[in-house]
Amino acid sequence: MTLNVGLPLLVLAMPFVSFLFLAIVGPLRRTGRGAGLVSIAAIAISFAAAVFVWTQGFVAERTWPWIPSDGGPIATVGVLVDPLSNAMLVLVTLVSLLVQVYSLAYLSDERPASLGRYYTYQSLFVFSMLGLVLAPGFLQMFVFWELVGLCSYLLIGFWYERPAAARAAAKAFWITKLGDVGFIVGIVLLWSATGTFEFTELFEKAQDNALAVPGLAVIMFLIYLGAVGKSAQFPLHVWLPDAMEGPTPVSALIHAATMVTAGVYMVTRTEPLFALVPGVLTLIAWVGAFTALLAATMACVEGDIKRVLAYSTVSQLGYMMAAAGAGAAPAGFLHLLTHGLFKALLFLAAGAVIHAVGTNDIFRMGGLFRAMPQTGIVFIVGTLALAGVPPLAGFFSKEAVLGGVWEAHLTGPFLMLALTALLTAFYMFRVVFVTFFGRAHAGGHPHEAPWLMRGPLWLLAALTLVVGIRLALRGGEGGEEAPAWLPPLSIGLALAGFALAWAMYQRGAINPARVASALAPLDYMARRRYGLDALYAGLYRGIILGFSRLIGWIDRYFVDGILNALTALTLRAGDSLRHIQSGRAQDYVYGVAFGVLLLFVWAQLWR
Amino acid sequence: MIGLSSYLVLAALVFSIGLFGVLTRRNAVGILLGIELMLNAVNINLVAFARYNGDLIGVIFTLFTISITVAEVAVGLAIVIAIFRVRRTVEADRLDLLRG
Repeated sequence: MTLNVGLPLLVLAMPFVSFLFLAIVGPLRRTGRGAGLVSIAAIAISFAAAVFVWTQGFVAERTWPWIPSDGGPIATVGVLVDPLSNAMLVLVTLVSLLVQVYSLAYLSDERPASLGRYYTYQSLFVFSMLGLVLAPGFLQMFVFWELVGLCSYLLIGFWYERPAAARAAAKAFWITKLGDVGFIVGIVLLWSATGTFEFTELFEKAQDNALAVPGLAVIMFLIYLGAVGKSAQFPLHVWLPDAMEGPTPVSALIHAATMVTAGVYMVTRTEPLFALVPGVLTLIAWVGAFTALLAATMACVEGDIKRVLAYSTVSQLGYMMAAAGAGAAPAGFLHLLTHGLFKALLFLAAGAVIHAVGTNDIFRMGGLFRAMPQTGIVFIVGTLALAGVPPLAGFFSKEAVLGGVWEAHLTGPFLMLALTALLTAFYMFRVVFVTFFGRAHAGGHPHEAPWLMRGPLWLLAALTLVVGIRLALRGGEGGEEAPAWLPPLSIGLALAGFALAWAMYQRGAINPARVASALAPLDYMARRRYGLDALYAGLYRGIILGFSRLIGWIDRYFVDGILNALTALTLRAGDSLRHIQSGRAQDYVYGVAFGVLLLFVWAQLWR
Repeated sequence: MIGLSSYLVLAALVFSIGLFGVLTRRNAVGILLGIELMLNAVNINLVAFARYNGDLIGVIFTLFTISITVAEVAVGLAIVIAIFRVRRTVEADRLDLLRG
């Protein structure tokens, strides 16, 4: 069974077939719900195959030549099936399946043609993500890496008639491109140094110490830049909160569970290569921890429920990256998987809330638990998992990450991550208390979401619990050597955050405004996103617009100037020459006679 | 026997007088008269050469020229009358519609 790649290929092919079908057959796409059903059927087959592949523990690699040349192909395409990609396949297909089912109800008000377009993009996205996961080499990974970026752009801008959505889509695309430039340069440099894109060949060379190429640290740093953009690490994290302009299911799938974790997946996948450059690894850990803390503080002051979740995603991605940088890549990957489950759950539950009340602002919600208890319960389950309360999935993976970072003797990142854990519990329970409890605000009659939306929610909540219990029974995976004081510490941090949120937003024992004024500089900075957006806007205005103005000036005054001078000269000359046309016939006869005279003179003198 | 050159000199004089008339007359009818003089100078040349060569080609050609001249004068005078009806003048200096 080890060489069988048929099933993994089936997993990959189904969404692509669905995409082709929807893209080419216009009438089917315009039916909307029909297109959705086709896409869901394809992804369901994909999911079943992925589960089978995962439970059977397939391990296989198969490549086909892509760019031929003398002495073996330069690049290949293929599939690499191992436990890492198997787990990722299941996560991607599972969340995609649930999100697509959920979207059927969530986007039921859309025009059928728009809904068809949505499912076409969704199919393309799932295909691209699966291709990225199965990639056996850097080049194929990069191709699919860009494809998921494109799908992200298309889906953020799904409501493209809204200027904010169109701008957010362009912003996400360009900022991730900034990292991707580093990624492709790193890939090409690595190829020119080693002559291969294949992971397995590179890993073998790494093991044989044959990878001591000069500048490997720079190469790996450039490759890491791709992950910085895609996985929203500081300082390129600014696109992810804006990406919330897309439909909520898209945020759940692409900007929480799957695409943004591609960077973490890439670093985990190529961990043997990163292990050769400890300096870059340390940098990854520090940047990850810093990102986690920074995003957590911004989440604490945010009033938009989706943006809180977006900052929380950035923060958790920082966790995963910190784990990868600390040499505890399995812990980071475990956190990726559990986070994918409960963050998708949180986003979908937030979507149900937004669907019911028609606003994103948590301070205009309130008391919703009475109106929609089921959504409330699953949201609280997700919150507990994210805050790291046992026996939910998030507790074990977060503890593994913390343990891994501690074991790597990275005290600075460890402290930042511990503080982040406290803040995570705080801001999540802040959302819970403000949204679901507290005073009910007037405005409409919030109602429970239809079962097409509730079903995926309950399934994800159950999975969060089941995975957590399984992890508890199996014992921690990445943090086996973690010190004994770690679990009490992380539970204590979560409880402290919970208590703080309860005191501030439920009991009113502590006035939030007073806390904000006590921490005024921090509050001010966090509300302004630490000026990073302003900085980028300034850089954009200063450099790109400045350069454009220079080019515009040259075009207007130099290139056009030459043409203008030529035309002016022609006009001026015509203007002065027209005076010799008197219009009187006799003047012309004078001219003719004078010319004939000249001809005579010429004939007499110069013959 | 009057030599060929005498005829040619006469023709040149008549042509020059005609050209002078065309260039200096302000009246359109006067200009037409000048043109007639120039054409007749040509006719004198043709007849003189015919006589000098001893054949009739030049004479026949002159007949053609005379008839064409008649037609030309008829058309030219008709134009002058048409212009006079519109502009109430046949002063050549004031007929400058084509001035640039």
